[in-house]
Amino acid sequence: MRLTEHPVLRFDRGKEVTIYFRGQPVKAYEGETIATALHAAGIRVLNYSANEKRPRGLFCAIGKCSSCLMVVNGVPNVRTCITLVEDGMTVEPQHGKAKLPKGAKPPEFKNAKVVKADIVVIGGGPAGLMAAIHAADAGARVVLLDENPMLGGQLVKQTHKFFGKREQFAGVRGVEIAKILEDEARRRENVEIFLETSAVGIFQEGDEKLVLAVRDNRELIEFRGRAVIVATGAMEKMIPFENNDLPGIYGAGAIQTLMNTYGVKPGDRVLIVGAGNVGLILAYQLLQAGVEVKAIVEAMPKIGGYFVHAAKVRRLGIPILTGHTILRAEGREKVERAVVAQLDENWRPIPGTEKVFEVDVIALAVGLRPSIELLHQAGCQIKFVRELSGHVAVRDEWMETTVRGIFVAGDSAGIEEATTAMLEGKVAGIAAALRLGIADEDWLKEMEKAQKDLLEFRSGPFGRHVLEGIKKALAGGVSGE
Amino acid sequence: MSEIPAYLRNGYITPEELFKIIPKPSEERLRAKPVAVPECPQEIPCAPCREICPSGAISMPTPNDLPMVDYEKCIGCSLCVQICPGLAFFMVHYVGDRARITMPYELLPVPERGEEVVLLNRVGEPVGRGKVITVVPREKSKGDTPIITVEVPIELAWEVRAVKVERGE
Repeated sequence: MRLTEHPVLRFDRGKEVTIYFRGQPVKAYEGETIATALHAAGIRVLNYSANEKRPRGLFCAIGKCSSCLMVVNGVPNVRTCITLVEDGMTVEPQHGKAKLPKGAKPPEFKNAKVVKADIVVIGGGPAGLMAAIHAADAGARVVLLDENPMLGGQLVKQTHKFFGKREQFAGVRGVEIAKILEDEARRRENVEIFLETSAVGIFQEGDEKLVLAVRDNRELIEFRGRAVIVATGAMEKMIPFENNDLPGIYGAGAIQTLMNTYGVKPGDRVLIVGAGNVGLILAYQLLQAGVEVKAIVEAMPKIGGYFVHAAKVRRLGIPILTGHTILRAEGREKVERAVVAQLDENWRPIPGTEKVFEVDVIALAVGLRPSIELLHQAGCQIKFVRELSGHVAVRDEWMETTVRGIFVAGDSAGIEEATTAMLEGKVAGIAAALRLGIADEDWLKEMEKAQKDLLEFRSGPFGRHVLEGIKKALAGGVSGE
Repeated sequence: MSEIPAYLRNGYITPEELFKIIPKPSEERLRAKPVAVPECPQEIPCAPCREICPSGAISMPTPNDLPMVDYEKCIGCSLCVQICPGLAFFMVHYVGDRARITMPYELLPVPERGEEVVLLNRVGEPVGRGKVITVVPREKSKGDTPIITVEVPIELAWEVRAVKVERGE
């Protein structure tokens, strides 16, 4: 299941270690997550649901969905998709809601380490990194935290070259952009980085913003600053169909993580649901990893992503079935088959059009929704905006939310692209530094340039849709279409 | 909503649809030297082809406009094929009763010069066999994408857009 050859990527694995699943040794490599190591060993069932005891496996692979919770070294509710292996670790499937071991003493916030900065950036993807880089260059002391073990957000698993203009990294592969941004952030002395650190709340305390966080599942940290930039990205959407929780059904991003970040094949035969850019790009990436893609099904009557992404998988023989949906997954404890059908104009399956695909993986690429939980908790006004793919924080053109000093950027401000996430991050980073009186007015011009670039990028048919949504997010007021 | 173009229903474009959107290079031009032909019919925010073109042959007033190649200005250098993030640029060159198609190739194994490969059309169907006559490996490509040139029967010039490497054990 482990990839050794790839047309784009090279996999440098860490030292070999051993973890124990149900007491049995499992080979793993330092630097990879528990879920990755288990997957490479063919283990798909990670836990069982609380009521129906249904087997559950990996779904999002970026710490957002809780489908991978396991008992690790006796501690339950560990997100095994973002927790790295350690030699000798014991890992057990979790059954429903598990209890902390007797005598466990969770740490308390009164003992938490305190980290101070001018600006706290939550999220180390394209938006957060660009925000940190630009806020730092504008003179701010920045601390950036991310709950994943590596920087770059979803860029780290993108083997395709980006669109846009060359000054915005067009023609450069996502994995390379991640490296460039990471290097830029790391070489700035006024940027401090905390990985494997989850923000769990944002509070106001006097003049300070207080971001409470947990590092490495164990240590509590208080981040204090005068502004916070929330760049927490997005989460995969799910669609209803029979057995949609069967292990082997993954969000598209999880497959990219397994395959492109850690070099582990998701399976042998894949059905992709959704012909937006994510589904189309995933199909191509699977081919690059030597995995067979049986078909892409899309409920809409047309391809939603860029035509060029469709054309490049179509000419390699992958059927794209528009006007089709998945009816159900079948299999015991893991996916063995997928049943799809054609839809009529009222979105109802047409009887007699069922097709069965013998697959061991079903990839859901049915859209993303902004991760707004922290913004919501912090009291920012939230509004449903269909064009931005879900609930978003109301904000102004400087990316500042309705809570003074809390900014938002990237997919957490509305689902779009990494290119726009980077530009929004730049806007938010500079804006926060300006708001705090740290940046001088020359930075205003830099910010306006990023705003102009955003407008240019969004001036086509795809972007116009987003602009409609942004208009609503800027307007505030009552939710509605 | 306007009617959905067939290429967005199908995921591939036919030469007939394509040449309603961009002009087809003349037979004379196709015989003179390789010419770049973008199969990029949709307004998307992307401009590297215009930015890399050394002869200013690609016009695109804003990144969201379609790339339009001035076939007379195109020198057939293949940089657009190398850089295009959508892998949507090809070069076509008629030589005698053959056509040479230059295309991106981002899979393993990369074919070798002189290797015979299976020719695939835009829906991935095998339509014949052809010989790879040039390979620009990834490390030499200006766009991080290997490109290959494959010789095909001239009647397949507007059909073949991919190849499959088949190596018997």
